[in-house]
Amino acid sequence: MINILSAILILAGVFFYLAGSIGLLRLPDLYSRLHALTKADNLGLGLLIAGLALHSQDLLIMLKLLLIWLAVLAASATSAHLIARQAHRQEKVS
Amino acid sequence: MNPVSLLVFDALLLLSIVGLAWASLATSDIRRGVILFMAFGLVLAVAWGRLLAPDVALAEAAIGAGLSGALLLAAAHTQPRPLPPESTNTPRNHGAVGVVLRWAVTLLCTALAGTLAWALLHVFSSTPHDMLPGAISANLAASGVSNPVTAVLLNFRAYDTLLEMAVLLTAVLGIFTLGQANPGYQPAGPVFDGLVRWLVPVLILTAGYLLWVGAHAPGGAFQAGAMLAAAGVVLRLAGRTRIGLPEGFMLRLVMAAGVGLFLLVGLTLLILGRPFLGYPQAWAGTLILMIETAAMLSIAATLVLAFLGGRPEATGVKAAANRQCEEIPRC
Amino acid sequence: MLTTQVLYALAGCVIVALGLRGALLHASLLQRIVAINVMGAGVFLLLIAVAYRGPGLAPDPVPHALVLTGIVVAVSATALALALARRLHAEQGDD
Repeated sequence: MINILSAILILAGVFFYLAGSIGLLRLPDLYSRLHALTKADNLGLGLLIAGLALHSQDLLIMLKLLLIWLAVLAASATSAHLIARQAHRQEKVS
Repeated sequence: MNPVSLLVFDALLLLSIVGLAWASLATSDIRRGVILFMAFGLVLAVAWGRLLAPDVALAEAAIGAGLSGALLLAAAHTQPRPLPPESTNTPRNHGAVGVVLRWAVTLLCTALAGTLAWALLHVFSSTPHDMLPGAISANLAASGVSNPVTAVLLNFRAYDTLLEMAVLLTAVLGIFTLGQANPGYQPAGPVFDGLVRWLVPVLILTAGYLLWVGAHAPGGAFQAGAMLAAAGVVLRLAGRTRIGLPEGFMLRLVMAAGVGLFLLVGLTLLILGRPFLGYPQAWAGTLILMIETAAMLSIAATLVLAFLGGRPEATGVKAAANRQCEEIPRC
Repeated sequence: MLTTQVLYALAGCVIVALGLRGALLHASLLQRIVAINVMGAGVFLLLIAVAYRGPGLAPDPVPHALVLTGIVVAVSATALALALARRLHAEQGDD
């Protein structure tokens, strides 16, 4: 039962990663691509980690996975902000 | 675990690794090549996990992909973009000699790969000699730690690790002789600064944890040193002037601490009548932890100085006074 | 002869060849440094594939220690090479 639930969560996470990658390849400009990548990948990672946490059934591992998700969330949000800000500045100059 | 699904996983992983390696070397845009190289390093870390090498996976992700990537990316950004046509290797008319040379080199490399593969298959199909792993697990209890990789690095093959610390020191001295550090970065905006404020303490804590846990779980001095170096690099990227590196004499002391403590322990043991770096069993754990701490600080300082790219510009009151002295001839 | 070992070792051979080809043929110094790093990664893949002894047994720790040392030495060598390249660029105006 737990295995089925965790498999569903992991598959949902993979679907979001797929959506983010398709967005990276198909969307027209930098900002929309950043948007797709950050939002979809963070949610995908969250679902993946939820599935893994459910599968592991160990509190310490669940806490570590949660910390990983929070750290990746903060880092990816900051880097997306930096990339977008730099692109915006270069557009203003040129 | 279903062997067929493992095979499929292995095949997909290896395909992405080889594909990323090929893609990173096939582009003419150096920045794209470096970023693909970083991705290659990260997927390689997954392969290390698959091959039951968690210590190596930690080190690869932190040093091989992270720090190497940061170094290469910082260097790639000094190149003009786009590259002028003379220095790319996109297919164009070299003339007959150029094409022949390229094909000759490709053939040579394929022959090398084939020879390596043949030799390896020969090794794999012969009866395995399990002497070394058996000897290590037999002596693990006497080594002072319970993580076999740490035992090999800091006890059974401690001499190699001593020489490696010496190689690190040599590299950073070479970097020092080549010039001043790269110019710093502009001060970070509020978002990046906010991230740095809590990321750096977490990195330092994680480094301490990895150093401690390396005795009985994947971890150790190298991974901990890489975490500390990451903290220094992040501070540098956020435009801070003080990035945790000591200055002047203290910096030289920290740089030499890895080799220095190793040599001190070895020579003391030699004076006491034991073999060089032959720890007495009761003291082995403590000595290993001491040496690992010094090594961690040394590795961190070396990697941050490597990212800086040269002699660090001095900050602080004493340095400002020195600078003033340079401007006035008689001082 | 484990299938996993063979697969990863063959991939390691291919990556070594790719890296060597890149190191010999690229014109720009920076791309050659990346190629040498890729070659190093291929060698590490070979070593760790040799150390793998199967899903049940603990792997051989000596190649793991070798690769750990190798990763750190590779990054310091890369840093020295990049400092040299930067100085070369400053002195000659090209690479």
